[in-house]
Amino acid sequence: MKADKFWSWLVFGLGAAYFLVPLIATFEFSLKMRRGYYSFDAYASVFADPDFQATFLYSSLVGLLAIVVGVLVVVPAVYFVRLRLPHLRPLMEFITLLPLIIPAIVLVYGYIRLYNSSSVIPFTGSALGTDILLTCAYVTLALPYMYRAVDTGMRAIDIKTLTEAAQIMGADTPRIIATVILPNILVAVLSGAFLTFAIVIGEFTITSLLNRPGFGPYLQIVGANRAYEPSALAILSFIITWGAMGMIQLLARFAPRTSARTD
Amino acid sequence: MSDQHFLRVDNLSKSYGANQVVKGVSFGFDKGEFISLLGPSGCGKTTILRMIAGFETPNGGAIHVDGKDITGLRPNERKLGMVFQAYALFPNLTVGDNIAFGLKVAGVPREQRRARVDEMLKLIGLPGYDKRYPYEMSGGQQQRVALARAIAPRPRLLLLDEPLSALDAKIRVSLREQIRAIQRELGITTVFVTHDQEEALSISDRVVVMNAGNIEQLGTPHDIYNRPATRFAATFVGHLNALPHATFGADRAIRPELISLSPRPDTDTTLVGTVSDIGFMGSVLRLKVDVEGTPLSIDTFNANAAPPQRGDQVTLHLAARDVLVLGAA
Ligand SMILES: Nc1ncnc2c1ncn2[C@@H]1O[C@H](COP(=O)(O)OP(=O)(O)OP(=O)(O)O)[C@@H](O)[C@H]1O
Ligand SMILES: [Mg+2]
Repeated sequence: MKADKFWSWLVFGLGAAYFLVPLIATFEFSLKMRRGYYSFDAYASVFADPDFQATFLYSSLVGLLAIVVGVLVVVPAVYFVRLRLPHLRPLMEFITLLPLIIPAIVLVYGYIRLYNSSSVIPFTGSALGTDILLTCAYVTLALPYMYRAVDTGMRAIDIKTLTEAAQIMGADTPRIIATVILPNILVAVLSGAFLTFAIVIGEFTITSLLNRPGFGPYLQIVGANRAYEPSALAILSFIITWGAMGMIQLLARFAPRTSARTD
Repeated sequence: MSDQHFLRVDNLSKSYGANQVVKGVSFGFDKGEFISLLGPSGCGKTTILRMIAGFETPNGGAIHVDGKDITGLRPNERKLGMVFQAYALFPNLTVGDNIAFGLKVAGVPREQRRARVDEMLKLIGLPGYDKRYPYEMSGGQQQRVALARAIAPRPRLLLLDEPLSALDAKIRVSLREQIRAIQRELGITTVFVTHDQEEALSISDRVVVMNAGNIEQLGTPHDIYNRPATRFAATFVGHLNALPHATFGADRAIRPELISLSPRPDTDTTLVGTVSDIGFMGSVLRLKVDVEGTPLSIDTFNANAAPPQRGDQVTLHLAARDVLVLGAA
């Protein structure tokens, strides 16, 4: 009994160390900007950098946009497939896995070929066009996560009967999606949203190759040119990602409660 | 069928692939009637109800409500109300908002909605529950809310698909009486689907007995029980004893409660048999009596006297006019 516990704790400790030691080392290093004692100078330097603020703001905005577009595309798609075309679900599963299989670099080269300034649809010809393209790229990157989150959310409720209950009372499809489906999968949608945000905020490949001032390319530039700030930024990125994950955990508590009772 | 019928179904049929599950069904009902569709599992009751609601498209036939053909309308254009087996309350909305849903869709102003919700909650016996969420209520309460939600927008027709089958036996009985009382009070034409004959007989004005996609009999509960039109109707509704061939001829049967252990003024036939089993069901005693090798069930009211014992010889009294002749149909 005691030995069992000992080994369990040992394995747990080793696992934890594997993750925590580099993190602690990075954190410790990020505090050493001033010689001789610990300080948060590296962080102050990061926050004072106008490029940090600009790129972070830019990536956040495009991230929010990607979330909105992603929800508008994924929720109705999953809803209709589950309701009317259930035999297409395996296809849907496959398509939404593609972004995990096809490297981002392939995607972005495809974009550049297809939408360059001399093409029929010259998205990359203007900053706005490129931003739209970047949003679409982020939606695609986040698709596997958004799809699975939404699909799981819809599995938890009886969308067919709820839809019929709303229909017979006169509601049309947009109204049903907005007032019956979406509110009941809100927790799932929000967890998809936080995952999207976590992916977008540090995305480098596509942002950089489309030449947009995102947070990912900024991280890379700072990493190549500074000593202590990259560690501070790494810790900050961790905090953002963990914050997003923590929000998902928190939201799971508000998942819809079943009301199937017989009494 | 007469054109005056409020709900009219003409030659309605439905197939899934090669499997025809509703085979040219026709019936007509008056405004305010409480109708049950009764039949064994898989006979097509739900399919008919869902075609009336607009969730399934018939392969042939027509549905008229209040003189208008609604066969081609979408469910949200039909102005009907429906209660589902699994309640199907919107989990994200309070009881009040659930009941107000149809009114909101119809564009009823907020103050009127609130008044109507209060009125409905009073009607279903749950006043003051408007702020609760569905998961905070019992199954019976949820189903009452689902009923209130369905009738709040004053639908032309109320459709119920086995609304009680997810509930415990006791609540099932009290709720069906409540549904009937509310239906009477509002005078709303109601179609109730069930496979429970007691349920159908106890609350309906008229019952449609169905089997394998066809109507076997349409009539009042009294008619259906006492004058079954087909062999199926006779055997599906209530218990039936096949009488011994030798004495009565082929295909003669009788209900267990129409055989008495003592002579009644109207009885004219007697049989002698041996008690083989006794079932005590509270208010009723069900005896199994063996008559010339034919087992008969006999229901008698429980009297506070000593009941017959197993192995007792008993004389059975019955009236020839109570004997049902089962047709070939
Ligand atoms: N979507 C469908 N696809 C194929 N067959 C179906 C479909 N819906 C129903 N059926 C078949 O149609 C027949 C009638 O079904 P229906 O649901 O109307 O029966 P029911 O009388 O309501 O039975 P129950 O008492 O079990 O609810 C059944 O044999 C069923 O298998
Ligand atoms: Mg059914």
